[in-house]
Amino acid sequence: MTTTKYKSVYTPVFTDGSEYHIPTLKLLKQDGSLYKGSKAPDISKDKALRIYRAMVTTRILDERMLGAQRQGRLSFYMQCTGEEASVIGSAAALNDADMIMAQYREQGALAYRGFTIDEFMNQLFGNEKDYGKGRQMPVHYGSSKLNYMTISSPLATQIPQATGYAYGQKMAGDGHCTIVYFGEGAASEGDFHAGLNMAAVHRVPAIFFCRNNGYAISTPANEQFAADGIAPRGFGYKMDTIRVDGNDILAVYQATEAARKLAVEENRPVLIEAMTYRLAAHSSSDDPSGYRSKDEEAVWREKDPILRMQNWLTKKKWWSESEEKELQERMRREVLETMKRAQKLPPPPLESLVTDVYDEVPPLLNEQFEKLKAHIRKYPNEYPKSAAHVQGGA
Amino acid sequence: MAKMNMLQAINDALDIAMAANEKVMCFGEDVGVFGGVFRATSNLQQKYGKDRCFNTPLVEQGIIGFANGLAAQGSFPVAEIQFADYIFPAFDQIVNESAKFRYRSGNLFNVGNMTIRTPYGGGIAGGLYHSQSPEAYFAHTPGLKIVVPRNPHQAKGLLLASINDPNPTIFFEPKRLYRASVGEVPEGEYQLPLGEAEVLKEGTDVTVLGWGAQMEVIDKAVEMAEKEGFSCEVIDLRTILPWDVDTVAESVLKTGRLVITHEAPLTGGFAGEIAATIQERCFLYLESPIARVTGMDTPFPLVLEKEHFPNHLKVYEAIRESVEF
Repeated sequence: MTTTKYKSVYTPVFTDGSEYHIPTLKLLKQDGSLYKGSKAPDISKDKALRIYRAMVTTRILDERMLGAQRQGRLSFYMQCTGEEASVIGSAAALNDADMIMAQYREQGALAYRGFTIDEFMNQLFGNEKDYGKGRQMPVHYGSSKLNYMTISSPLATQIPQATGYAYGQKMAGDGHCTIVYFGEGAASEGDFHAGLNMAAVHRVPAIFFCRNNGYAISTPANEQFAADGIAPRGFGYKMDTIRVDGNDILAVYQATEAARKLAVEENRPVLIEAMTYRLAAHSSSDDPSGYRSKDEEAVWREKDPILRMQNWLTKKKWWSESEEKELQERMRREVLETMKRAQKLPPPPLESLVTDVYDEVPPLLNEQFEKLKAHIRKYPNEYPKSAAHVQGGA
Repeated sequence: MAKMNMLQAINDALDIAMAANEKVMCFGEDVGVFGGVFRATSNLQQKYGKDRCFNTPLVEQGIIGFANGLAAQGSFPVAEIQFADYIFPAFDQIVNESAKFRYRSGNLFNVGNMTIRTPYGGGIAGGLYHSQSPEAYFAHTPGLKIVVPRNPHQAKGLLLASINDPNPTIFFEPKRLYRASVGEVPEGEYQLPLGEAEVLKEGTDVTVLGWGAQMEVIDKAVEMAEKEGFSCEVIDLRTILPWDVDTVAESVLKTGRLVITHEAPLTGGFAGEIAATIQERCFLYLESPIARVTGMDTPFPLVLEKEHFPNHLKVYEAIRESVEF
C-alpha cells in the first residue's frame, strides 16, 4: 500500500539528485554585522551572554586540558575547537529539559547547560566524584540532571537511540524533544540510516544534528561520501532538512529553534547539517599535519565562530574588552585551580569495578570480586589505588 | 488454569504486561496488525493501539537502538527480532550499548526496562538462517540477562519476569515448541525467578542439564535411560546469564556425573562454560568426564538436519556412556 503518485516516462531517465541544490543559511558575517536580508533571532542579552560564556569556557577548557594531556596529567583529550557555535548555538535553542545525545565532541552543550568545571574535571581524571565512576576514558561525560546522555565511544549508536528516546517523549506527551549530534563520518554508519528512517516513519520529536567538520580523523569528507554532504539524505527519508553555516551562532540558533518547533509541535523530525571545521586534531592521539595543510587551517581560523560572536556582541554593545579580559582570566584561573584539586582526589572505590553491571552484583561476579580482594591483600603494593579498600578483611 | 500453547502463553504475558503498565510497548517487524509472523503479538495492536504495538522498518540495529533509547527514557520496550538468526545487525546495539548502558554511566542512565524477544532453534526445516541458537555469543557479555523457557507455563512466567526485571534481557523463544508445546497455564499475572535453575526430576546416577526446547529431548532420553536402570537428575537451567552455578554444582556433587546438551555448535557453546565451572567446583566428586551433546561445528544444515541435531538418542548414549565410564 502506497500513497506515492508515480509519474511515468517512456524512455530511461536517471537522476542523481544534482538538480537539487541545498542552500546554506547564513546570518552573521565575520565582522559581526548581519547579511543583507537576514534577521537575527530573538535572543535576549542574558541568553546571548550565557551562550558566549559557554563558548569561551569550552575553548579555554579545551586549550588547558590538551596542554594537561601533553604534560602527561591526562591520558586522552578531545577538543571542540572551531565547532563551538554549532554545538552551543543548537543547545541554546532548546529547552534545558530536552535530551541531548552527543557523539563526544559536544562538551560545549554541557557547558551551556551548566556543567561545572569541577564536574568536567572529575570525569577527566576519573576520580571518586566522577559520575561515571572512573569507568570511561576522558570526555565521556554524562549528566542526568542536565539531560545529557552519557557518551559512548561506538560511533552513531546514539542516533537510533535518540529516535527511541524521542518516541518515549512523544508518548509521555511532555512537550520535550531529543537532539542527537554526530559527525559527517559517523553518518556513514548503518545506525544513521536506521535512526533517521525510523524517526521519519514513527514521527518522533528528534533533531538530527550533523557536525560536518570536514574530517573523520584523517579521512576528508570527499572520501567519506560522493554526494553533496549529508543534507540530501534527508530527502530520502522525507525529513525536513536544513543546512547552516556552522560557525554562525545566529544561523545555528535560528535553524535549531525552528527545527524544535517542527519536532515538538508537529512531531516532524529534522535533519540539520552544520558546515564547520575541526580546527583541532581529532584527539590528543592525532596529528593533522599528516593529512592537511596549515594554509587550509588558516582559512578556517579566519572564520572563528567565537570571534564572530564576540564581534556581534561588541556591535550590540553587550560586551566590552574589559569584560572579555576578565572572563578569560577568570576561566583560565578556575580551570587551573579546579584541575589541581580534581587531580588530587582519590580514585573510585574498588567496589565500583563490579557494581552497575546489573542492578545487583550476581553471585558468580561476587565470587570473582572476593577472589580479587584476597589477591590484592596478598600483593597490596602492586595495587596502590585499591589496597586501602581491602585492608582488614579475612 | 487454561490449556495454552507456547505462543498463546507468550501473547497472554504481553497482554498482561501491556494492561498493567501503559509504558510497555511491543514492536518489531510485522508485529503490528498482523501480530508477528508467528502471531505472538496477535490482537495487541487492536487492543492497545498503534502507538503501543507497531511495525518497525526492516532494520534490526534500528529496532534495538530504538529500544535502547526508549528504555533509557523510562518506557518498557519489548522488541521482537523476527528470528534469532537475524539478531546480528543489532549485535553492536546489544553488546556495546544495552549491556553497558548502566555501567558506563555510573548508573545515571540504564536500559534495564528493555526486553528482546526472539525465536531460536532448529527442528522446523529452517536451514542455516531460521534455526540458529546464538545464546553463547550474548552469554559472553556482562550486563545482559538471557532467558529460555521450556513450556507455556514457564514462557509466560519468565517473560513477565524478564519485562519487569531491571536489566536488559534477551528472551529466546524455542520456536519448535511454539505450537507443539501445550500445557496448563495459570491465569493472570505471575512471575518465575530469573537466575534460578529448576530441578525437574531428582536422580542419583547422573545430572542431565539443558534449557529451552532441549528439555523435551532430555525427557525422551531420560525415559530411555531409566528403563535401563539409570537414575537421572534433570535440570532446566532457564537463565543462561547470569547462570545458577549452585543448583548445578549441588546436583553434580550428588550424582558425580554431568551431561549437558544444547542445539548450538560444540566449540564455544555455553556447555563449555558450564563444564569448566563445574569441574572446578566438583573435581574430586566427578566419576566421569563431563559430556556435551550439542549441534556439530557446522552451519545449521537443512536436509541432514536430523543427523546434525543433538536428539534424544545422542543424549541417551551420552548418559549411558557417562554412567558406564
